[in-house]
Amino acid sequence: MIRNLDRTEITLLAGIPFLIACGLLLPQWVVNYIQVSLGTGLVALGVMIQMRAGLVSFGQGLYFCIGGYTAGLAGKFFGISDIFVLLLMGIATSVVISGVLGILIRRYREIFFAMLTMAVSMILFGMLSSSEELGSTDGFNLLPPTYLGWSPEGEVATFTLYIATVLPAIFCAIVLNRYLRSPMGYVNEAIRENELRVEYLGTSAHQAVHITYMIAAAVSSIGGVLWALSLGHVDPEMTNWTTSGQFVFVAILSGTGSIIAPLVGTFLLEILRVYAVDISPNTWQMILGTVMLLIIIFLPKGLWSLVERKRNPKQPKQPEPSAKVPGE
Amino acid sequence: MLIAVAIAVDGLGFAAWLFLSSVGLTLIYGVMRILNIAHGGFYALGAYSSAWAIGLYTQTGNTIALTYLIIPVAALVAGVVAGLLIERGILRFMYGRDEVLMVLVTYAIFLILEDVTKLIWGTESYVSYQPAYWLGTIDVFGIPYTVYKFMIIGVALLVGLTLLIVLNKTRTGKLLLVVIEDREVSSALGINVALFFTVTFVVGATLGALGGALAAPEISVSPGISADIIIMAFAVIVIGGMGSIGGAMIGALIVGLARAASVHLYPPAELFSIYLVMAAVLAVKPYGLFALAEGRKI
Repeated sequence: MIRNLDRTEITLLAGIPFLIACGLLLPQWVVNYIQVSLGTGLVALGVMIQMRAGLVSFGQGLYFCIGGYTAGLAGKFFGISDIFVLLLMGIATSVVISGVLGILIRRYREIFFAMLTMAVSMILFGMLSSSEELGSTDGFNLLPPTYLGWSPEGEVATFTLYIATVLPAIFCAIVLNRYLRSPMGYVNEAIRENELRVEYLGTSAHQAVHITYMIAAAVSSIGGVLWALSLGHVDPEMTNWTTSGQFVFVAILSGTGSIIAPLVGTFLLEILRVYAVDISPNTWQMILGTVMLLIIIFLPKGLWSLVERKRNPKQPKQPEPSAKVPGE
Repeated sequence: MLIAVAIAVDGLGFAAWLFLSSVGLTLIYGVMRILNIAHGGFYALGAYSSAWAIGLYTQTGNTIALTYLIIPVAALVAGVVAGLLIERGILRFMYGRDEVLMVLVTYAIFLILEDVTKLIWGTESYVSYQPAYWLGTIDVFGIPYTVYKFMIIGVALLVGLTLLIVLNKTRTGKLLLVVIEDREVSSALGINVALFFTVTFVVGATLGALGGALAAPEISVSPGISADIIIMAFAVIVIGGMGSIGGAMIGALIVGLARAASVHLYPPAELFSIYLVMAAVLAVKPYGLFALAEGRKI
């Protein structure tokens, strides 16, 4: 069993006890940030696996929002608060929606893929913002989650939810890592390099893109459910293009080199934002933008290239194609 | 009938505003292949500087007529300063990078511009309605419309025609078309591509600022307008075909009429009608209505 695991997966598994220790030892506000950024980090992961195929989704917030709202609506209208049921419902909804939308979206590449995914997410934004019964732009609150009939209270509830966020997040990351290392995962990289050749070799690029799109949707939706449960609140801002832009931001800044990168990157961004808001509440976006520009200029392969460089100090150029920026 | 007229006139007014705000975006994309999210920032800079200047001027109590001069001047100053700073200071070091990465670069600039406007003008909203009402209103089938609205429609037509004429009839414009066709060959033929880039970017930025400056008397200028306009401008240029000036006109008309129709017929749809139209157009014409087909690379 252990022999089948690669380095990334071992690191991820080792991350579970580490994160649980963090949950026990670190102050509550840090734990909250870890928890929230695991949710959004999964969406960044969804963006990242599409980036492997050279596709940049500027509307991944759509599935983030679908996950969150599915969890919220299930509680609001059916009184469902079991986290396992909510996760399954989130996955099911996003798979169905992405399955249908994918028929249209899989035909698009480059900037048009970005624009179309954004348009679709903005349609949902418009619909949610104008629906009075769902609280319009204010959104609504979620029920506190239960676990197979068990409903903890107080600090136990906080900690249980933290564990219940860590485990699915790590599980998703491992599954995605497996996917990227599977034949289908490598087809994605081939599509980024040259789609026409992929088709000459007898593989349907449309189908591969469609599958990746659906997997990304499911993972983002799981992220949405976990994020919404952590905050206990959903609003249409989840599917606004600025939210999606931040996911792309994290995915590009972290680099597409490793599954772990977007998860860590999201947490770093969250911390950067907290400090930026703390230092100067009126100019935090400016700090964020400046950091973004600096990273793009000085670390074109993302923050993860720092880790990679440390591992192979004698090879300034990465032999591994996966460390590339899309379209390079 | 009344509703049809209202939709037509409102749609036209809305389309004119959208065209002015998005034509710079399509111009910059056409020439430089940069989908410039910071365009929303130019729009906001134009809107703030014009609203602020009009506010200062009207306090002096002089004739309102001069505000019509203040609007383009404010747009010109805002657009040229911001455009030059950004193109010379940041973008020129990034040329040749991946298109999607450039989107992110301009997104970073957009975030920075957002706070720059907050630093200069604060977070309260500016209202400068004087130019919009000074010219009075005219009735169209019994519905009063401000003359200012028709003035914006006129300006939009003028800007569109000027751009088309400059691009297709003048020497500079033809050279620019060559640059659009093939950057490397035109550079080898001795065309100063870098200069064309700078000028295009500054003109595009100024057009964005002009859109904001002209809109300022009709809206309340407050933080957040940049994010709203850029997303609509995207819809406009994507529908028309990115990089096409004529396409931006048609795109603005379609989006303008769609929004006016939903405002009058089914108000809750106002927010998403635009994107619905955009998705529908893209489903039929994947590269927009007027985009040239591009060859696939082997």
